[in-house]
Formats: sequence, C-alpha cells, structure tokens
Amino acid sequence: MKDIFDHGENREKEIPEIPLDRERREFLKMGLVITGVLAGGGILSLVSNVKNAYALDAFRSGYPYKPHYAMVLRQDRCIDCKRCMDACVATNSVPDYGWRTMILKRKIPQSVDQIMEFIPILCNQCNNPPCVRTCPTRATYKDKIHGIVMMNNKKCIGCKSCMMACPYNARYYNEARKAIDKCDFCFETRLSRGLKNVACAEACPADVRVFGDLSDTAGRVFQMVHQLQKPVWVLREDVGAKPNIFYTKG
Amino acid sequence: MAVLDKALLSPAIKAAYNRVASGGRLYLSLVIIFVILLLVGIGSGIYALFIAGARHAYATYREIPVALLISTYVFFVVASTGICLVSSLGHVFGIKDFSPLAKRSVYLAIVTILSGFLVIGLEIEHPFRMALYNVISPNFSSNIWWMGTLYSLAVVFLTAEFIYLLREGRHKQAVIAGFLGVVTEVAANSNLGAVFAMMNGRPFWYGPYFPVYFVLSALITGCAFIIFFVFLAQKINRKAIDNATGRALESVGKLAVLLLAIMMVFTFWKIMTTSVGSPSAAAAMQALLTGPYAFNFWVLEISGGIIIPFILFLVSRQKNLTMMFAASVILIFSIFFTRLDMVVVGQIVPLYWELGVVEYSQLHRYMPSVAEILVVLGGVSFCALAFLLGEKIFDGFKK
Repeated sequence: MKDIFDHGENREKEIPEIPLDRERREFLKMGLVITGVLAGGGILSLVSNVKNAYALDAFRSGYPYKPHYAMVLRQDRCIDCKRCMDACVATNSVPDYGWRTMILKRKIPQSVDQIMEFIPILCNQCNNPPCVRTCPTRATYKDKIHGIVMMNNKKCIGCKSCMMACPYNARYYNEARKAIDKCDFCFETRLSRGLKNVACAEACPADVRVFGDLSDTAGRVFQMVHQLQKPVWVLREDVGAKPNIFYTKG
Repeated sequence: MAVLDKALLSPAIKAAYNRVASGGRLYLSLVIIFVILLLVGIGSGIYALFIAGARHAYATYREIPVALLISTYVFFVVASTGICLVSSLGHVFGIKDFSPLAKRSVYLAIVTILSGFLVIGLEIEHPFRMALYNVISPNFSSNIWWMGTLYSLAVVFLTAEFIYLLREGRHKQAVIAGFLGVVTEVAANSNLGAVFAMMNGRPFWYGPYFPVYFVLSALITGCAFIIFFVFLAQKINRKAIDNATGRALESVGKLAVLLLAIMMVFTFWKIMTTSVGSPSAAAAMQALLTGPYAFNFWVLEISGGIIIPFILFLVSRQKNLTMMFAASVILIFSIFFTRLDMVVVGQIVPLYWELGVVEYSQLHRYMPSVAEILVVLGGVSFCALAFLLGEKIFDGFKK
C-alpha cells in the first residue's frame, strides 16, 4: 500500500491537507461499509462518532516545527488523582486562583459501565492559535522552532483579549508575573533546561499524558496519533484552531 | 506672531471663563458634581489597577474576562462613530440639512472617544505598556490593534477638523480632515465589531454580523446623541433652536426612524439564525430570550432600544422636539445595556458547554463591582463635563 504520510521530509511549510483528509475519510467510510459496521442499527451512534472522532487533522504530510511538541491524552486511563495538577502548580508556580491544567468530569448516568469519566485539559498549543492572532502587541506568540504558544510577559498589556479568544479557557491573568499565564509545556521550567518530559506527564501514575515530538515518526506521540485502530480526536475541532492536544481511548 | 496670538488668546480665554462662571447655579452645580464623579471614577480605577488589583476590585474573572468597562468603552466609541457619521452627511458629504450640526457634533465625537479611552485606560492592566508596545510591537493581524490605532487616528483627524471649523476660511481643510475622520471612525468601528466577530471560539459572536451591526448601531446611537445634546444645549445656552438646526434635527429624526426599522430586521434575523445555530450560540440566545438576560433583552434592548423610540420618533413627526428628546434619552439608556448584553452574553456560555462536563454545565454569571460602576460613572461624567464646558467655552458652537 502506498504510504500517504510524509514522514517529515517537507517540514519547512505546513501544507493544507484537505484533499488528503477527504481521501482518508472516504477510505474510512468505505472500510466501515465493507466490514458491515454501518448495517448494525445498534451501533449507529458509534458510526456517527467515528465519522467525527478521528482527528484527521493530525494526518499531515509534514509538521511545521522541529520538535513539533504535542500531547496525547489517554482519556480512559485518567482517575482524577490530580497529581498532574499538583506537579504543574509546583513546577510552574501557579497561584491558587489560576490553573494551567485541570481535569474535567463528565457524568453519564445512562452508561452501563462507569458513569463518570475524566477529561484532562490544558493549552492546546494550536497551530492556528486565535490568542496569537488577537494579541495587539505580540506578547503571545507561536514559537518558530518548537511551536509552543509562548508569552513575552513584558509586552503583555493585560487587555485579556487572548482570554476571550482562546477556545479552551487555557489562560488567566497572573498577578505575580503581571501578565497572562498559560501552559508552555514546561518550556521555561524544564524543556529549556534540557529535561525531556513535562511535569504533568511525569507525575501521572496512569501514563495518561504522553508528551513528545509529533514529527518524530518513531516517537510514541506520532505512533498513537497516526493509526486507525483507536479513535483519536481533538476538542472543539470545529473552531479550526488546529490543536496539538490529542485524545484517545482504549 | 506669538505675542499677537497671546494677546488675542488671552481675552478669548477670559471670555470663555466668564461664560462658564456666569452659567447659573444649576449649570455650575452640575459642573462640580461631574468633576467630583470624574475624580472618584479615576481614583477608583487607579485603586483597582495599581493598589487592590483588578482581580480583587473588578468583578471580571477567568471565564468572563471583559465586561462592564469594555462594554462602556464600546458604548462611547460607537457613539463617536455615529455622531461623526451623521454629522458628516452635512459638512463632508454636502447634504445641507445636516450642516448646522457640524461643529458641536465634531466636538462631541472627540469627547465620546476620549470618554471611551478613559474607561478602557482604567480597565487594561498595563495602560503604560499599551502606549509603548502598541507602537513598537504591533500585531497587524489583531483587530484590537487596528481598532485602537484607528480610533487614536480619528481623534487626531477630528481635532484637526474641529480647529479648521472654528477658523474662518478653512472650509476645504475642514472637509479633508472631516473625510479622513469619518473613514478612520468607520474603519475603527467595524474593526471593533470584528474584535468580537473574529472570535472563532465564541459562537455567539463569531460571524460577519457584528461588524455590519456595529455600523448600523453606531448610526442610531449617533442620531440619539445628537438630538440629546442639541436639546440640552439650548437649555444650557438659554436660546431657542434656530430654524436651520431645527430642520437638521428633523432630518436626524427621519434618519433614526429608517435606521430603527432596519435594526428590527437585523435583530429578528440574529434571533432566528442564532437560535438554530451551534448549541453554545443557541444557549446564549436563550439566555437573552427567556433566561437571566430576558429583562435586559425585552425591556431594554428591544423595547427601549428599538420599539419605543421608533414609535416616539414617528408620533413626534420629527417636529416635537421634547418627544424626540425623550426618545433619545430612552435610546441612549437602553443602548448602554445593549452593549453590556452583547459583551457579557457572548461569554456566559462556557467554552466546554458542548462537552457536557460537570464543571461547565451552568451559565457563567456576572454582576459588576462597585469599582467598575464608579469607573463607568467617571467616564460618563467626563463626557457630561466636556459637553457642559464645551458649550460655554465655544459659545454654543455658533457660526
């Protein structure tokens, strides 16, 4: 089978992948039809989920950053122990009135197995970040090397337009920093000092958070995102921000 | 030359001072009240930003990062665009009926922008950084940058226009400055709409509606402000409105009727399209129609902001000035809350609403703090004070 993925040869520019996405979606649909999944009335809801669930946006022929930092959250493994949140607070001096990452709870009483699931959230380090577009002074920017959405605190005027623009509620005003604060994948406190993992992922006892370079074809993040066996999705895909936080189950 | 100017200026200042001082007890009392409220408002803003911290003094929070102060800013600058646009019909675009409104309107357009700047200056956490980094680190893809820059430019053009209008024989320069003023005002206004309209993560705001709506709403606000201030000016100056100004107000009233009718169509379709849109946008609209903002929406936005003024303008046949003034008062009051609704309701639906999580299963709430209300009163007082003083200093904006 022809390999339709470009494993990073064209990382210089981010090529729009609409035709490829469409091709893949068609392929997926066809596969589902052939295997008879569509015929099963009882799992129609699953089919409609599948249609939207795979984060096809992740299938790019190249990634614009090297390393292209991303995270995969294995949602069903999260037990809400909050060690990730504690580690984040301790590592990044997050005050009690703010957060860089948190865990949301979704209750589904009708479910036949567990009635609660936990959804960790953080800055999605979007490839098309609405916060960066709206900031009047370029105080927040997409780093050209690693793609992390960063803050230049001294330029922040505190207009809070980035807080309005962020589709993921990932920002808050930090009084000590006198600027907006947000997750920077621990760049300031860990990555820039040679560490390879982020504090939240390292603290997680259930290996929910898998952090790494999405452009590294041998890496865990790439491997988990570029497969069709398990659903992979992003939050609020319809916004079009092209997030780099992926979710999966199973 | 300088000596000559000084010699001419001095009597002019003295005469202006005398006009203010002899304004009467009520006039001077109002001036003093507005000076006090202005100082209290500025003091409150300074306390909030530099002593207590905005997080403590203002009622905004992570989920509702902007609210009353931004909506007040929007209220003032949109009013400025409207005043500028309506008055420019006469002195820039040559529709003679509107010409008598020129000087006072240009002055009011400047005053309302400055009132807005005062309020936003006390809202932004670092106003001094803004002054620096807006210039040395601009983001040309930011609507906020464009909006702020264009409104600042508008102040420059409008001030130039005003100075030319005050001087005899500078009509051509006044028209050029006025034209540039109108263009920058409209561009700034539309960009202000785009600040909200380009928030692709906020379905209630997102889309092409608001930049267009803002221009329409600006025109309506402009009509209301012009009628309101011209009516009050005749009281302050104890002079009946002359025929030319009366005809101009009649034209403004007619324009208001037309614009309010268009606004009805706009509002109807905004309700309809948003109600069937994304669940988040529909939830926001539901909050307006039947939820916690229903009073604001039906009583202020719809009745006070459209229907009652529309009826009053019609019944007055644009000749009964008192009725037109009443319509303008109701309009201005209601539009203030329309702006607040627009800003707040766009944020009350949690960003993770559609995810169905426990933490974000309720609408966010916002109730302004005392500090915010005082800053707003400061901004309103600045506008009122500048109007009162302007009427006397420029001697009723006579020809």
